[in-house]
Amino acid sequence: MGLFSPGFMGRRREPVPGLPPGQHLVTDFPVLSIGPTPRVSTEEWRFSITSESGLMTTWTWDEFQALPQEDVTVDIHCVTSWSKFGTGWRGVSLDTLLEGVDTGAGFAMARSYGGYTTNVPLDELRGGKAWVAHQFDGAPLAPEHGGPARLLVPSLYFWKSAKWVRSIELSTRNDPGFWEQNGYHMHGDPWREERYW
Amino acid sequence: MSDVPASAARSTWNASDWHDALVVEAYAETPTARTIRMRLPASAALPQLPELVAGQHIDVRLTAPDGYTAVRSYSLASAAPGGVLETTVEELDDGEVSPYLVRGLDVGDRLEIRGPIGGWFVWREEEPAPVQLIAGGSGVVPLMAMIRAHEAAAHPAPFRLLYSVRSPEMAYYRAELEELARVSPRFDLDWVYTRRAPSGWPHAPGRLDVTGLAASVQTLGTSALTFVCGATPFVEFVADALVRAGRDPARIRTERYGGADGA
Ligand SMILES: Cc1cc2nc3c(=O)[nH]c(=O)nc-3n(C[C@H](O)[C@H](O)[C@H](O)COP(=O)(O)OP(=O)(O)OC[C@H]3O[C@@H](n4cnc5c(N)ncnc54)[C@H](O)[C@@H]3O)c2cc1C
Repeated sequence: MGLFSPGFMGRRREPVPGLPPGQHLVTDFPVLSIGPTPRVSTEEWRFSITSESGLMTTWTWDEFQALPQEDVTVDIHCVTSWSKFGTGWRGVSLDTLLEGVDTGAGFAMARSYGGYTTNVPLDELRGGKAWVAHQFDGAPLAPEHGGPARLLVPSLYFWKSAKWVRSIELSTRNDPGFWEQNGYHMHGDPWREERYW
Repeated sequence: MSDVPASAARSTWNASDWHDALVVEAYAETPTARTIRMRLPASAALPQLPELVAGQHIDVRLTAPDGYTAVRSYSLASAAPGGVLETTVEELDDGEVSPYLVRGLDVGDRLEIRGPIGGWFVWREEEPAPVQLIAGGSGVVPLMAMIRAHEAAAHPAPFRLLYSVRSPEMAYYRAELEELARVSPRFDLDWVYTRRAPSGWPHAPGRLDVTGLAASVQTLGTSALTFVCGATPFVEFVADALVRAGRDPARIRTERYGGADGA
């Protein structure tokens, strides 16, 4: 336990179950991005997965919409210390997207329109733990929150949930993505406070 | 993970750990904001604060008597060596942390800090390009660190700040900025007043619009590296308008402080 701040009472008194260490709850939805918000139309949108042997599977928007859709309600945790509970998303599970992909890779690099990248262990993308989401709260995902579609990996800090995702490349190496090269953790588990290195 | 970048090994300081900082100075910057200077205890036994880079921020943690903690991020207004951490905090009416930092905290109090954080929204002396800075309100804090570093280095690239504030008395660092704009051949300053302008000001007060933005950024041209910082809706508007005006998104860096975003 650190030192006390004389006179500071804080707003919330109850311990909040489900809140990782060092996080606080918000009701709004803060935006964090490295630059301008890319505007990508669903006509030009493509999403692809490339295996470590270079085989690429690509979906157009219509093909992606034709895949089995899942509605999920999850808690999300941003490294800047806000958490938001019970967020509702619609999207396609990575299990579905990875079904036809033959891979022995351990790591994935997500790449976005606009140039953003982030690395995620493949384990964190499988087993009903990750989606490519295109709706938030029942409405199309707004561009500033990553629309048309973003990665959703609620088990990790939210910078791993790449906005405007356009591809996932599988690899046997764990290369650092954008924030990971800029001081942020390679893994990013909020329960272990893997924030910065 | 095994592949930790080499720079992390330079010192034993860990950016994830909490460090005690002593408040050595605090003064009103505007009627609603306060500048706070902190220093880390000087002890050979403690890890040394790493070199700061202009544009970085720290996290500040407050702890209530029952152990409840609150953490928020604050940009550093200076990257000058010497071990002082300076920030300016705007009080939000319904805020949990900022009212305490602006009105509760005293000189001699201690705060816990983590960082410095950030390797993207930063300006380094090696950067040769002209730099356009665009701030809304408290978003000027990390840009001030860049302006000060640029001036301290007598760096040849031109810098230009477009600073949007509600009214004249709400501007941070006004005397220093205006003096610099007067004496420095490499620094220019444009003001936008959104609610009340100084008397005799040539424009009626109003939000920064596409025309005003275009007029300000055309001076440095398209080769400029642009940094935009402030409340989220401000940054969204500015970054969007620049991209629509044909600017290369890869040359625009943003820091969003939060606030209503309508989503
Ligand atoms: C990287 C980074 C650097 C920052 N640097 C600074 C800085 O140098 N100086 C500074 O004053 N602030 C800075 N901020 C904002 C700061 O971290 C806090 O969000 C702010 O002080 C509000 O905290 P609070 O506890 O008082 O309000 P909270 O209790 O967290 O929020 C109260 C209400 O205010 C809204 N709100 C939160 N932030 C803002 C905002 N920026 N503008 C308008 N409404 C808001 C919230 O949505 C909420 O409704 C920075 C934020 C980031 C992410």
